[in-house]
Amino acid sequence: MAGIVSYGAYIPLYRINRAEFNRAWGGFALPGETAVANYDEDSLTMAMEAATDCLKGFDSKYVDGLFLATTTCPYKERLGSSILAAALDLPSGIRTMDVTGTLRAGTTAMAAALDAINAGSARNVLVTVADCRLGAPSGDFEQVLGSGAAALLLGKESVIAEIRGSYFLSDEFSGVWRADGDIFLRSWEGRMVLDKGYSSSLPEVMATLMQKYGLSPDDFAKVVYDAPTDVRRHAAVARNLKFDASQVQDPMYLTLGNTGAAMATMMLVAALEEATPGDRMLFASYGNGADAFLLETTTAVENLGGRRGIKRHMESKLMLTNYETYLRWRGIIPLEAARRPEQSPTSISALWRNRKEILALYGVRCLNCGTPQYVNPSSSFTTGVTPVRLCVVCHAKDQFEPYRFADKKATVFTFTQDNLAASPDPPATVTVVDFDEGGRAVFDMTDRDPAQLKVGMRVEMTFRKLFFDRGIHNYYWKTRPVRCQEEEDG
Amino acid sequence: MAESIKDKVAIVGMGCTKFGELWDKGASDLVIEAAYEAFEDAGIDPEDIQACWIGTTDVATSGMAGLGASAPLRLQYKPVTRVENMCATGSDALRNACYAVAAKVYDVVLVLGVEKFKDTGQSGLAVGGGMPAANVYPNTTAPGMFAMMATKYFTRYGLSPEEGKTMLAKIVVKSHYNGSLNPKAHFQRAITLEQVLNAPIIAWPLGLFDCCGVSDGAAAAIVVPAADARKFQIDPVFIKALQICVGPAEGMARTDYDYTHVEETYRAGMAAYAEAGIKKPRQEISMAEVHDCFSITEAVIMEDLQFSPRGKVKEDIDAETFTLQGKLPVQPDGGLKCFGHPVGASGLRMMYEIYKQLQGKAGPRQIENPQLGLTHNMGGQPPMCTVSCVIAGLKA
Repeated sequence: MAGIVSYGAYIPLYRINRAEFNRAWGGFALPGETAVANYDEDSLTMAMEAATDCLKGFDSKYVDGLFLATTTCPYKERLGSSILAAALDLPSGIRTMDVTGTLRAGTTAMAAALDAINAGSARNVLVTVADCRLGAPSGDFEQVLGSGAAALLLGKESVIAEIRGSYFLSDEFSGVWRADGDIFLRSWEGRMVLDKGYSSSLPEVMATLMQKYGLSPDDFAKVVYDAPTDVRRHAAVARNLKFDASQVQDPMYLTLGNTGAAMATMMLVAALEEATPGDRMLFASYGNGADAFLLETTTAVENLGGRRGIKRHMESKLMLTNYETYLRWRGIIPLEAARRPEQSPTSISALWRNRKEILALYGVRCLNCGTPQYVNPSSSFTTGVTPVRLCVVCHAKDQFEPYRFADKKATVFTFTQDNLAASPDPPATVTVVDFDEGGRAVFDMTDRDPAQLKVGMRVEMTFRKLFFDRGIHNYYWKTRPVRCQEEEDG
Repeated sequence: MAESIKDKVAIVGMGCTKFGELWDKGASDLVIEAAYEAFEDAGIDPEDIQACWIGTTDVATSGMAGLGASAPLRLQYKPVTRVENMCATGSDALRNACYAVAAKVYDVVLVLGVEKFKDTGQSGLAVGGGMPAANVYPNTTAPGMFAMMATKYFTRYGLSPEEGKTMLAKIVVKSHYNGSLNPKAHFQRAITLEQVLNAPIIAWPLGLFDCCGVSDGAAAAIVVPAADARKFQIDPVFIKALQICVGPAEGMARTDYDYTHVEETYRAGMAAYAEAGIKKPRQEISMAEVHDCFSITEAVIMEDLQFSPRGKVKEDIDAETFTLQGKLPVQPDGGLKCFGHPVGASGLRMMYEIYKQLQGKAGPRQIENPQLGLTHNMGGQPPMCTVSCVIAGLKA
């Protein structure tokens, strides 16, 4: 039976206490904190993190479909899942699809993936879901919304949770929405939004699913379902359906915030992290109707392990100590440009020619002397000698095998904190790093506390957006301090 | 059989504008001022020039091919070559001009270096821009690239940030004092150690005063065969060595590069010493104008040029070896740090100081009885750069 083979998740390092919004604007202070994407993160980079977490221990050749679900696609016309597939170094002979336009995007993508698997047109489909929605300054949404991502690898072999049934409901009601061109989330009057939207569709889809399969609330170990922006309505759903509070998966309102299309799937990952074999779960998400699934974990659920998932990402955090930084990172207020040279236009040809080096962080390994090597492919700079044709050590010509650096850990050899370089998160931290298995290169560092930088620091690679300029989101890799230290120690 | 350039050519006239933020002057003004000072010094007229080399970089508004020299000077249908080799541009223009004279192709040539940076309205060196590119190079600046050498130097030699920054600050204080004695310098103010240490950080660990400025300016030289030199000038300066070393840019991809030395400087220095017949550089070189784009650069250059043992430059700095009164004065004119850094002109500006010092015309900065002077330029960044090293002396 088709089901979940693996899971992964991602929560940005930075969190902001909701009191910061209240300090800026007054009004009502909501409790808790939300996860804030760094300035170089978007739904695509967060989906990349979750996908990488999910594929840990799996050969990328195993994947023959990649879906990206989000309501915050970086591009209106350009497939996010294709960029993601290139960054993940997936084979090109796969299906890619972006699912967008609804908070149900994640479960819609999951249903489509299951259909493909059950129909035999795909063996293993990676479903990624990420969101990074914005509430306008001073409103409730600003305090409530968070950022995050999850990924599920679906297939028929080595399944950790079988998906035994589903039920779908469509509803045209637009309680919250964004039109083309809207930056911030819009909402109709709050009670009607919930009464006729979330609090109506979600219980209905959950109740109907139970009815369809002859199950009652007692039959479930866990019930995992979306939360609305008003989290009190989440608990009300369980009460009305006669679920006990102990059965309900925490919507992480106080620690994460509402992560939109990613919310339900992130909660499912959190549930799977704690699951034991034979747990029956009801999984549902809401958005212009609702989707519900019936899951049952297998004995393999306890063996997956090694994932950062929700739990370890949640524990690893840095507090954003001021609201102004939040405004800057989200690009909400215009800032004076630094008196530095304007960047040259980004060349689509140069990006395409170096796509393996840039998106998948491929370098080469010399077949003659064995040295892994990576050269930054920035052709405007005198060092942009890519592709590598002559070995930097033995100078053998054109005797290389591809060598991927994206999954290699490294150590800081030297660094600077550059205040002159224009950065949304000054100082610009730049590191020269030596990879554990050979090779040296220079990268921006992100998700760091400048005061903690030191030579010898352990780092890993992370896929980020360098900038948005003239319609191009320029994605590349940065170093960051190893995010979950216990992996290093263990 | 290849031969050394030693004593084959001489500089018989030099000119140098004031460096700085020359808002009221364009690149052509600067070319004319520097060239005419050199013409006068050599006792020649513009029409005596048989060929010209002009050094100017492509980073700002100055790059104008050969017309950058011929148009301002109204040179009448002469061969003019524009040279670009990053911060070694001016020295490489001199090198190419000297080779043409040594080859006996020309008798009198003009070398120019010029830059008009301040019209860009930008802070720091305006690198980048231009051709569309992948734009995935890390977000750093020239100070950042060199700061990484300071970080590593401190770590490798066990200097605390305070010790390391104090060592670098002493270099800066020395150069500012020298600059205060130089009416053509961009910055002419002596400063204290505390001022250097308390200045804002530009790129950790480098502070404001650890970084040289970006300036407008031009410098010029007249080069003739050594045998003809005294027809033009009673105290000509003879070229002893002309070296350029351009690295393979492997250091950013090889884990064996230590980031605490610059191989290109070491090799250019060794080659220059061999060409000039110098065995003990620390004893034989009377003074040096080196590429102190940042304080850490000067520190490491002292070791690469073998003025100080590896890892021991701090001892020489503490002993004031490189001050005007020291055993081996470095940056007697204030260096890039205070004289300023109009990139294409810098190599010739250094030679201008060596030339004046050797002639005993350096005023309050005059060094006692100098015999040999060395100039050094470094363009690029520590793991990948081009370095020039020129040695000149009074006697053929």
